[in-house]
Amino acid sequence: MIGNLIGVLFDGIAYGSLLFVISIGLSVTMGLMNFVNLAHGAFAMLGGYACVVLMTRAGVPFLATLPVAFLVPAIVGIVLERTLYQRLYKATHLDQVMFSIGLVFMSVAAATWFFGPSQQPVRLPDFLRGQVHVLGLDLGAYRLFLIAVVIVITTVLTMLLVKTRFGAQVRASVDNAVAAAGLGIDVNRVFGVTFALGSGLAGLGGGLGIDVLGLDPTFPLKYMVYFLLVVAIGGAGTIKGGLVAAMILGICDVAGKYYVPQIGSFIIYFLMVALMILFPAGLYGRKA
Amino acid sequence: MRAAANTSAVAVSVSAPRLPTDRWRAIEIAFWLIPVVAFFVFPTHRVLGSQILITALFALSLDLILGYAGIVSLGHAAFFGFGAYVAGLLAVKGWGEPISGLLVAGVAGALLGYATSFLVVRGTDLARLMVTLGIGLMLYEAANQASSITGGADGLSGVKMWNLLGLFRFDLAGTTAFVYSLAVLFLLFVFSRRLVSSPFGLSLRGVRENVKRMPAIGAPVQKRLIAIYTISAAMAAIAGGLLAQTTQFVGLDVFGFPRSADLMIMVVLGGAGRLYGALIGTTVFMIAHHYLSDLNPIYWQFWLGLLLVVVVLFARGGILGAFATWRDRAKGRRT
Repeated sequence: MIGNLIGVLFDGIAYGSLLFVISIGLSVTMGLMNFVNLAHGAFAMLGGYACVVLMTRAGVPFLATLPVAFLVPAIVGIVLERTLYQRLYKATHLDQVMFSIGLVFMSVAAATWFFGPSQQPVRLPDFLRGQVHVLGLDLGAYRLFLIAVVIVITTVLTMLLVKTRFGAQVRASVDNAVAAAGLGIDVNRVFGVTFALGSGLAGLGGGLGIDVLGLDPTFPLKYMVYFLLVVAIGGAGTIKGGLVAAMILGICDVAGKYYVPQIGSFIIYFLMVALMILFPAGLYGRKA
Repeated sequence: MRAAANTSAVAVSVSAPRLPTDRWRAIEIAFWLIPVVAFFVFPTHRVLGSQILITALFALSLDLILGYAGIVSLGHAAFFGFGAYVAGLLAVKGWGEPISGLLVAGVAGALLGYATSFLVVRGTDLARLMVTLGIGLMLYEAANQASSITGGADGLSGVKMWNLLGLFRFDLAGTTAFVYSLAVLFLLFVFSRRLVSSPFGLSLRGVRENVKRMPAIGAPVQKRLIAIYTISAAMAAIAGGLLAQTTQFVGLDVFGFPRSADLMIMVVLGGAGRLYGALIGTTVFMIAHHYLSDLNPIYWQFWLGLLLVVVVLFARGGILGAFATWRDRAKGRRT
């Protein structure tokens, strides 16, 4: 029973890590640009397909495809940001929602057209398969790997935000875009670069997640709620909030599906409504 | 003070601050003749026609909260589905009288709407989006799991309706369904039209335009939003009830997220906050969907997405919004 519990916790944390990597970019978009971007999952899906295409058609090993899974969505992200998203920063939330749902529909249709409606396969390298014995527990090797990746990414992101000049510009823009622009910070450039970074991380998460979340054309719709939840619960624009929210969600979802499978995904929706009512601005919300 | 009084006097002479006129214009009467003409001209398409009318009622209910009160809801199908199941279950359990069944569905929807309105009216756009989405998904899961009552994924079958008014049987050609749906839609449209041009309706627009200033002029924002949300939920439930009664079947998809998303697209496509926009958007959307998705559902989804992006970027206000801009421009050129 205790071993069970630890197993569920572990799986939940691994699942939460994945949610965090994918959603952190969305948190930036919402916190920085105040843009409700429902199409964030599409960037994750793009990263996933970039992985699969390289693996199955070019025979590139899984780990080597991950940088591409980051780069492709990042490039697409910055192109879309400069051409389309940028025009809607000042639009109403309704317009932003409609626009990004439109992007989701297009990405779903395009993915079905190019890759068919079926689940995509992934070939993990041998050392990431199977179980690892740690302190008398059998832990999935791939899940351990996921958690390690997230620790690295979180550390790098935090360093980037806290220690670098660019990080200072991002923080200033989040706090007050007008004042930041007045101080000579090129807020538009900051927006563009962070959008690309966020999209890239989503893509990386999409690639890492093929084995856990699966990958098919409905991916952006299926997980849209989860990504939004991480941001809504964590509070937009904070790394810590997103991390905590992703872990809560991951653990609750896995525990719910494991212990009370008959009510399944009900738990996550209930949690979502309850948390949104208790914390309308998120756990670590900056703005109400 | 004097200057202020002067400017306000000028403003009065430009556009008198009075309630919008409630008189029916000729173009509106012409608009309502379209479904009547369609009934006789396309007798083989009455089933599609009644589907459009029902969805139009559903869209109208969303327009009340989205277009007038400015509440962005991604889970309006919750009320539609709830009404559908209430009306459907009522008939399954042996009470197949349509009109009273529809009323029960409406009351049930109003109760659910009132209960959930407290969760929705507070909070930011994002919180509202998440809460409405969450309530919709929760009801979907509930209907899915309670398969002993709702039939689960197989849907609720065995809905046996009695004759409408004791006279008209619900036929396969959809004749009764069409007339019934049109009558209900028209009645509720007249109600909505009256509602939005009343002081209550104007105060909703005030909330949408500036939520901070409304309390200052003495309008209770929360109460107004709760009221309109409840009314909208009741109308959505009636639309759902109509669907259950006319098709004599309730599928799980009545609660689905795609239904809420499509609905929002219809309202925005037609032009939110205009009532007629919801009706026109629904008609265009449903007819396009009927013919295009037969060709290839994937194409349909792609073009729909593209259409949305284009509407948001280049044609804010939808079909009626574009029309109004064009008319204003034409008028400006003349004078």
